[in-house]
Amino acid sequence: MAEETKVKRKRIAATGMMKKIMADYFYEMDKAVKAGAPKVAWCTSVGPAELLRAMGFLVHFPENHGAMLGATRTANDYIPLANAIGYSPDICSYLTSDVGAYLKGETPLSKAYPGIENVPKPDVLVFNTNQCRDVQDWFGWYSREFKVPIMGINTHRGVREVTKSHIDSVARQIASLVPGLEEISGNKFDLERLQETVDLSLECSQLWRQVLETAANIPSPFTFFDGTIHMGPAVVLRGTKTAVDYYKALLAELNDRVDKGVAAVEGERYRLYWEGMPIWGRLRDLSEFFAHLKASVLASTYCNSWIFDAFDPKEPFGSMAKAYTLLFIVRSDEEKEKYIEDMVTKFKLDGIVFHDSKTCPNNTNSRYGMPERLRESLDVNTVTIFGDLNDLRCYSEEQSKTNIEAFIEQLERK
Amino acid sequence: MVLGIDVGASATKGILLNQDRQVVSFYVRDSGVDFKQAAEDTRMNCMSTAGIAEDDIKYTIASGYGRRSVSFADDIKTEISCHARGGYFHHPKACTIVDIGGQDSKVIRVDDAGKPISFKMNRKCAAGTGAFLVETAARLSIHLEQMEGLARGAQKEIELGSFCTVFTKTEILARISEGACAEDIARGVFGSVIKRIIEMDPLTGDVVMTGGVIAHNPFLGEMFEKKLNRKLFVPEKPQFAGALGAALFALEQSGG
Repeated sequence: MAEETKVKRKRIAATGMMKKIMADYFYEMDKAVKAGAPKVAWCTSVGPAELLRAMGFLVHFPENHGAMLGATRTANDYIPLANAIGYSPDICSYLTSDVGAYLKGETPLSKAYPGIENVPKPDVLVFNTNQCRDVQDWFGWYSREFKVPIMGINTHRGVREVTKSHIDSVARQIASLVPGLEEISGNKFDLERLQETVDLSLECSQLWRQVLETAANIPSPFTFFDGTIHMGPAVVLRGTKTAVDYYKALLAELNDRVDKGVAAVEGERYRLYWEGMPIWGRLRDLSEFFAHLKASVLASTYCNSWIFDAFDPKEPFGSMAKAYTLLFIVRSDEEKEKYIEDMVTKFKLDGIVFHDSKTCPNNTNSRYGMPERLRESLDVNTVTIFGDLNDLRCYSEEQSKTNIEAFIEQLERK
Repeated sequence: MVLGIDVGASATKGILLNQDRQVVSFYVRDSGVDFKQAAEDTRMNCMSTAGIAEDDIKYTIASGYGRRSVSFADDIKTEISCHARGGYFHHPKACTIVDIGGQDSKVIRVDDAGKPISFKMNRKCAAGTGAFLVETAARLSIHLEQMEGLARGAQKEIELGSFCTVFTKTEILARISEGACAEDIARGVFGSVIKRIIEMDPLTGDVVMTGGVIAHNPFLGEMFEKKLNRKLFVPEKPQFAGALGAALFALEQSGG
C-alpha cells in the first residue's frame, strides 16, 4: 500500500507528427547554416519572430534549446562551466546551461537529430526583454563569441493598463530593426509578407488557445505537462503554415477525447493550475506523481504565454507590439491576479500550484504575497514548490512531493 | 486497535490507539539508515508493550520522510496532515501548529474544525530545524543533549543573524574568537531557530508546538513564548504528535 503505483501517461497520437515537424525544423536550419543561406536569426521566445520570418530568416530560439537541456537533464553538466566564467548560479539557468553547453561543445540536438553537430550559428541575435533582462545578457555573450550583431526591443514592465503610448514605443522599436535586418539578410522588407506571417501567427495562436481550452472540459483531455511538449511548434514555428496544420490535427484529436469523455488523468478528482516555469528535468516524474494522486494539472500561465489574440495583419507592427505588451509576464500584479482569477473560474479549478523558480524571478509570482491574496479572494487552496526551470540543485524531490501530497490531502479534507 | 507510525528524518515514533482514542503504547527510536527496520522495530515494541499480536492491529498509517518504506502500512499520510491532526487533538480550536523536526519545520494553520487551511515548510536549508542544532552543537564541541542546559544557564543571547547554517557556524567562530561563552552562544542558536520560524508565518491565534526539537529542548519553547509574548501550547509528548495524527487517521479510515 505504501508503495507508489506508477501511472502510465496517455499518449497523444499527434505526438508523432509533432516530432517530425520539430525534426524538419532543426534539420532545415542545420542545412542552411552549412550552405550559408538562408540566414539564421536567434530570437527570444516572445521576440519579433514574425518580422524575422518575413525577412527570410530561419529562426532559432535559445530558450527552446535551454528547455531541451533541462528536459534531457543535462543542464547541470553545463551550468558550472558558465558559473566559472562569471555567470552566477543565481541568474537564469537557461542562460547558464546554454552557454555552458556551448563551451563544452555539446547539444542535445546531436542526440535527437543525428547529423546535427552544433546549435545553428547565428547571423543576427534579436531579443525582447519582455521575458527578462537575462535574455539580453545571454544574447550579448553570443554576440561577442560569434562576432555577430545584436539588436532588440526593451519592453515595459509592471504594465497595468496597456496604453497607446506603450504600444507605439514598442512598435517603433520593432520597425527600427528593419534596416539592420535588411542588410544582414540581403532581403528587402516586404509589408505584404509580414502581414501574411502575422496572419499565420494569429491563426496558430487561435488554434493553440482552443487546444488549451479543451482542458476546461470535465474530465480534462489535456494536461499542463502535455502542453509543455506540444507547445513546441507554437514557440518555434509560429508564423508558418506547418504550425497551423499541426494544431488543427491536435485540436481534432483532443475534441475527439472530449466527445468520448477521455480523461488525461484517469479518475480525475482535482483540477489544478500551474503558475510559473516548468521544472523541465522533472516533468515526467511530476506528471506521473500528480496523476497518481488523481490530480490533473490542466491549465497554466506558462502554456498560455503563446496565445497572442492581438495580432492583426492589417496593422502588423502595432499589433505585434500590442500582443507582446499584453503578455502576462510584463503586467502588474493586479492584472496578473485578475488573469489567474479568470483561469480559476474558466477551468473550474480546485487549487493553484506556484513554482518558485530559483533562477527565474521574472516568471515567479509567489514572492510578493500573491498566493496569500488569491487564497483570500478566491477561496482556493495554493501551494508553493521551490525548484528551478533547469538547475536541479535547487529542487528537493522529497520536500516538493511532501508539499504536493499534503496539498492534495488538504483538498481531500476541504 | 490502530497504529500510527511516523518515520522521521531523525527519529521513528509509533503510537497504538484503542477505539476510544486512548494511547495504549508508544515507542521512539533513531530512524538510522534503515527506515524499514526502524518502522518494524517500532511496531514490535508498541505491540509488546501493549501485549497484543499483529492481528489485533486493525489499521496502520505511516507518515514522515520514510512513510513509503513502511511496507506493513495500510495507507500513508504526509507529516503535515498528521501533525495538524495530532496538534489539533491536543488543542481542539482554530490554531497554528508549529512542528520543528529533525530535517524540516512546518507551520500549519487549522480551522476550528481541525481542517488545515494552509501550511508552509522551511525552504531548502537546515536553518530553523533540528539539523541546525546538530551542526552547531558539533561546532561548539558539545553533545546535542547539552544544548538545552547550556542555553538555560546563559547570561545573555548572542545574536546570530545568518539564514545559512554554514554562515551561522562562521558567525559562531567569530563570537568564539571575541570571547563569547558556550552558554550564550547556545542561547543564540535557540534564538536563531525561533527567528527562522517567525519568518515563516505571522503565527496568529493560539500556537501549538510539536516535534522532537521542542520535546528535547523545552527551554526553546520558553524563549519562543517570550519572543511572541504569549503562551504556547505544548502537548505532553510533542514528539509523538505526528504519530498520534497518523493513528487518528487510521482510526477514522478503519471506521472506528
